[in-house]
Amino acid sequence: MSNPEAQTTEAHRAVEQAARNSYGRLLAFLSARSRDMAAAEDALAEAFRAALETWPRTGVPEKPEAWLLVTARRRLIDQFRHARVETEAVPNLLAATEEAQRLGDLDTAFPDERLKLLFICAHPAIDAAARTPLMLQTVLGLDAARIASAFLVKPTAMGQRLTRAKAKIRDAGIRFELPETKELPQRLDAVLEAIYAAYGSGWEDVAGSDPRRKGLAVEALELGKLLSQLMPAQAEVQGLLALMLHCEARRQARRTASGEYVPLLEQDVARWSKAMIEEAEQLLNEAAQAGNPGRFQLEAAIQSVHAQRARTGRVDWEAIALMYEGLVRLAPTVGALVGRAAAVSEAHGATAGWFQLQEIPGEAVKDYQPYWALAAHLLKRMQRLDEAAAAYSRAIGLCEDPSTREFLARQAPRAI
Amino acid sequence: MQFSLLFYQSPSDFAARTDPKKREEFLGSFLPYMKALKDAGVVVAGAGLQPPETATTLRLRNGQRQVQDGPYADTKEQLGGFFVIEVPDLDTALEWGARFPGEWVEVRPNMPPIPEERAILS
Repeated sequence: MSNPEAQTTEAHRAVEQAARNSYGRLLAFLSARSRDMAAAEDALAEAFRAALETWPRTGVPEKPEAWLLVTARRRLIDQFRHARVETEAVPNLLAATEEAQRLGDLDTAFPDERLKLLFICAHPAIDAAARTPLMLQTVLGLDAARIASAFLVKPTAMGQRLTRAKAKIRDAGIRFELPETKELPQRLDAVLEAIYAAYGSGWEDVAGSDPRRKGLAVEALELGKLLSQLMPAQAEVQGLLALMLHCEARRQARRTASGEYVPLLEQDVARWSKAMIEEAEQLLNEAAQAGNPGRFQLEAAIQSVHAQRARTGRVDWEAIALMYEGLVRLAPTVGALVGRAAAVSEAHGATAGWFQLQEIPGEAVKDYQPYWALAAHLLKRMQRLDEAAAAYSRAIGLCEDPSTREFLARQAPRAI
Repeated sequence: MQFSLLFYQSPSDFAARTDPKKREEFLGSFLPYMKALKDAGVVVAGAGLQPPETATTLRLRNGQRQVQDGPYADTKEQLGGFFVIEVPDLDTALEWGARFPGEWVEVRPNMPPIPEERAILS
């Protein structure tokens, strides 16, 4: 190419593209062979830096990923030799070079080992609070500051949490292998939980007004899709993806043009994404074939009933209440208990719902905002206005989102 | 463990205090927040501060004192109020900080009183 500026632009674009499309795969490949995620990350970062320097001069290599892999691997070997670490890493990495070069020659892609990476990140030996962040950082390449904001943690603390987790993986000798069949269900639950936690962190942020707290919903969906491709036979994997797609389908409808919060039942179904709903329904149907219901399939099924309002114009609360009953039996979380009470109140009246809400131990819901929002709504329906006003106040006081806060203030029976 | 939640406010936030409509809006969110804090039993102390133009800053150096008009630092956002809360850890303190109906909240751990200080306070 004669134009050096154009060549530089093209090189930068190629580096960005490789980072976006292949970061997780490259890191998984290097981590699996070095068993040291932190070292693999450093080496990969250096390889990307080297690409930014080299490619504008030499042109983009025919196989950018193979180039990055070979470069990163060379750095890793140097690093290990320099540290004189007695490990299997060097021979593993030497073998990996040949592997990488061979792959570079052939017209095949290098193996996708991100599934191993996902399972390592959600390993029971890893601090539960570090699992989701670790996944986001290693599989998707998100930076610690962004992850910290989403989880409401100090960036330096998040950095330390991630560093500790990686040291633990290295020093505890956690195997970069998929769990055995008998361990699989339990280990898979942890992976699904971690992905759902990332989605939740994005979902809470209805406003999306703070760019630093931009939701991780897109990233969580990406992880969900990846897992669904890698483990197509697992019903709960499909269930989780269906659940996230159902929620995501409503994103445009959750706010008015001026940014006001719109509760689910008042959302304009025309603003729901048909394509996402269809995809979710198909996944859920496929999952149901396995005849092995689980928490995420049930949660997705509840959202599926809500989605049917687009066709039927009504919500089958009886069905939703039944599904919540099943969910409470599988996983009696505070969220499921409050959801069940809400469904029962719609199916059988405010008093029945209130009765169920009262059964939840007070300590568990003291600071749980959705509980107070529902309590306020039910008390208002039962005409217990003083108590309703107090509950609305509590729900507003515990709220993190300005538009939800305003919504609740409008609902409250009188000025508070 | 004690933390201070320091609320920084912009000139327009301060101005809103004297605008009846905006004041009502703010209080509609702030009073429930204050009540939730109190009901959780975490509040140790707290106060809202008058706007920065009411501040007077002293500088005491070499036995001299200098009095100047205005706040210590001339930043766009100024300290508008604070709560001292007693919670188990930073994570909980950040949760309470995030519920404040405003834009900027600095969360800082308080120094635990040393024995000599405790003796004075008791």
